[in-house]
Amino acid sequence: MARALINVPKTAKVGDVIEIKTLVSHPMETGYRVGLGGELLPRDIIQTFICTFNGAEFYRAEFSPAVAANPYFSFHMLASESGVLEFRWQGDNDFLLVETATLTVE
Amino acid sequence: MLRLVLLLAVLAGQVLADEIPPAERLSDTLTMSPELRAMQADETANPASLSVLDGEALWNARAGASGKSCADCHGDGAKAMRGVAAHYPAFDAGSGRVLDLEAKINQCRTERQGAAALPMESRDLLSLTTYVGRQSRGQLIVSVDPRLVPTIEKGRQMFNARQGQLNLSCAICHDDNWGRKLGAVTVPQAHPTAYPIYRLEWQSVGSLQRRLRNCMVGMRAEPYVLGSDEFIALETFLMSRAKGLAVETPGIRP
Repeated sequence: MARALINVPKTAKVGDVIEIKTLVSHPMETGYRVGLGGELLPRDIIQTFICTFNGAEFYRAEFSPAVAANPYFSFHMLASESGVLEFRWQGDNDFLLVETATLTVE
Repeated sequence: MLRLVLLLAVLAGQVLADEIPPAERLSDTLTMSPELRAMQADETANPASLSVLDGEALWNARAGASGKSCADCHGDGAKAMRGVAAHYPAFDAGSGRVLDLEAKINQCRTERQGAAALPMESRDLLSLTTYVGRQSRGQLIVSVDPRLVPTIEKGRQMFNARQGQLNLSCAICHDDNWGRKLGAVTVPQAHPTAYPIYRLEWQSVGSLQRRLRNCMVGMRAEPYVLGSDEFIALETFLMSRAKGLAVETPGIRP
């Protein structure tokens, strides 16, 4: 069950710095751990997280096996115009999760 | 001589040890750092929120031969399950047993939904329990059913009995030495107010029974079987001991 929680203010004033918070459900299996039978558990991580605003990329993160399960990210954006934020997590085993949020700037 | 005095002080401490009076009961959340408390309070930062969402989806999903979902009988979980977790484990008149939330959910599945019981500590069972527990957030824990008394007494005996290679009881840490340090960790009063918890060390959600097993392994004792009457008795005692504190599910622990 791939799932994300996104917290973006619904409205902002021009010039406001808004905080964007994201939490995504993912095991982030490192690839270095062994299972009960001694076999190596294959790596299963999110590799990249990209946030775009009205199609333009403004935030990108590259994940490593050291990132804990269910990664939480918080970052800021300068509110200048209304638009749509798109969040894209991409990773091993064709993991792809895309979520959107709308921001109204007054 | 100093050693003898210390030994006597330790022994006296144990003899005089008493349960924590209601006015001194503190949620284990207060032993955490401000950062972790903030993480628990913020639903976007609290990773157990993902379990609440999964649990909500399961609540509304059909299961078993009956083709019914939890919602088909109980309705909206946010209303129907409000306050429920604050008085669990509860006495089940039908079976004459005391059931914790996990056991009650599985009883509903097998008897009403005609579905297979979910394995203990499985993701689905934890999600449903977290979802049900979440609906009682802020409610005060009550323990008033007189039919629970024998189970509470059994749990109390287990809590106070020494066990394992280190010859410790639960009470030695959590009644006599709460607030003091065990290594870098503050010993909590051990009130199960926030279960199921997301434990950062586990990187997942886990039940109270998993946490109790963890403590027993730490005491080098033989843990009870998950889902056993022993664990349920201990859970029932712990809830009666936490009477008056607010439910905080879903919690974060380090």
